[in-house]
Amino acid sequence: MGKLKLNHILGVAVFLFAVFVAVPLLINATGRWDFYYTLTSVALLSIASAGVWLTFYIGRINIGQGAYALAGGYVSAILVTKAGMSFWLTLPFAGFFCALMAIIIGLPILRLKGVYFAMVTLVLTQVATLSALAFPITNGAKGIVSIPLPGEISIIGFVLVPDFSTLENVKLSFYYTACVLMVICFAGMYRLVNSRLGHLCRSLQQNEELASSIGVNIAYLRVVVYGISSFLGGIGGAMFVAISQSVYPSSFQVQDSINFMLNCFLGGLGYVFGPMLGTLTLYFGWDLLFELGKYQMLIYSSVLITLMLILPNGLLSIRFSRQKRGQK
Amino acid sequence: MSSLLEVKNVTKMFGGLTANSDVSFTVNEKEILSVIGPNGAGKSTLFKMITSFMPTTSGEVLFKGERISNLSPHVVARKGVVRTFQETTIFKSMTTHESIVLSQHLRAKATLAGYFFNSKAARADIIKFGNTADEIIDFLELGDIRDELASNLPQGHLRALGIAIGLATDPTILLLDEPFAGMNHDETMRTVELVRKVKDSGVTVLLVEHDMPAVMAISDRIVVLNFGVKIAEGTPDEIQNNEKVIEAYLGSEDITIGI
Repeated sequence: MGKLKLNHILGVAVFLFAVFVAVPLLINATGRWDFYYTLTSVALLSIASAGVWLTFYIGRINIGQGAYALAGGYVSAILVTKAGMSFWLTLPFAGFFCALMAIIIGLPILRLKGVYFAMVTLVLTQVATLSALAFPITNGAKGIVSIPLPGEISIIGFVLVPDFSTLENVKLSFYYTACVLMVICFAGMYRLVNSRLGHLCRSLQQNEELASSIGVNIAYLRVVVYGISSFLGGIGGAMFVAISQSVYPSSFQVQDSINFMLNCFLGGLGYVFGPMLGTLTLYFGWDLLFELGKYQMLIYSSVLITLMLILPNGLLSIRFSRQKRGQK
Repeated sequence: MSSLLEVKNVTKMFGGLTANSDVSFTVNEKEILSVIGPNGAGKSTLFKMITSFMPTTSGEVLFKGERISNLSPHVVARKGVVRTFQETTIFKSMTTHESIVLSQHLRAKATLAGYFFNSKAARADIIKFGNTADEIIDFLELGDIRDELASNLPQGHLRALGIAIGLATDPTILLLDEPFAGMNHDETMRTVELVRKVKDSGVTVLLVEHDMPAVMAISDRIVVLNFGVKIAEGTPDEIQNNEKVIEAYLGSEDITIGI
């Protein structure tokens, strides 16, 4: 197992400090309140991207995370508005619904490899959008609007999380909630990748035939990992819907699915924290280029292409390659 | 010696093409049995059917009296029938030690969730896997390449790594797919010693091979296939003097040229 190294603990501490203390202080000082929304989105999208990263980890290109994010959003919205459930209860509900959906869909399609799997998942998002338009319960193109803000969580009168509608600074609360979820998600991912489970996933990525010859039930493992991946998509989607207080069939589209995948590529497929950095860079990069008006897409795409050419293993590979050189 | 693995009237058709036709033989406990034959004789297909990597068209394969054909590879592996591959089928970005640790999957006591939450069984497993991996590395004399990535290894070592991965699963019978292919004389002799060692440790070996001298040196018995049909079976001496076998090997060239 190996003990946690000092610099790892330091890194985590710095990261947590930055996210939970430094950023809010900085935003307070500069008065850029809109950054809360941006950073909350980054945190939530990075959770969904982490799911995509996990399917990459078993050797599958997943361009269908938008479908699960949308499904998670709708499940939460419907449960809150129609069944009157507390949002906090619907969050795991949305995750498990998506995991179940992924198991049913994944059983047949995970047999496909490479570009064929990617193509099928690409269609999934479109199917989810069309289903949301067609089902009566999702209210068609009008979507579900004015979803109440998350209520309070209390255990025997002791309030753990206050009712969001009574809060003065809802943006900050959502920011904290999203960041807590993100930290839990990535801690879990880190553990998964560094446990034997991750070792098994790598065996699938590198050679499925050999993996099955040593007795690994590859079909089962693939479905389990895809289920976890979609669980994260559902959680991210549900939280997103809670923040915008509305959900439409167009809330998550094919473009979003592609972005989830790009986040992973950009951050680095070899690093657990890749999706987080990728999401941050991609989302912020897009926003920063907003001033350029009609040239936004052109410059954004050119920068992306250049980055992928220079750093095919993702942004995080800069740090790691330097470390390796240092060792020699 | 009693029979361990029984191939019974196995036939494989690909559309109109017959790859194996009514092949039957048995593998006895603790012996080395080789399946040989000219190119396209259906050796590899037979191999895949025995380990359920491919379904049979008809016939069945029995292991200790239980049917193991037309199942899944991992189910067959669980029963103790494990195959190795040719050198390209490896875990490229794992070291020798990591590959062998991973390949002890079937000996795992902990569940997947147990590994995630680092349960007591999982911790015990991981210590045990590490130790067994070191034992296997010692046994096959792979100490030099213990921490080398598989993608950096030369062909000879990859073959040994393949055997190590197979052994890590704790098999009753190990199927080796052309373990001597593309090796020079020295490498072949070293691998022959390795396979003997595996056999002496109590594992039954079934191998598919082209290299005649190696097969003659190593096998207890040999089965010869030609055009998907078994044409001979016997000890190396018997096979060397079998007319059908000589004809199949010497005559094969005429057939390929088409005279």
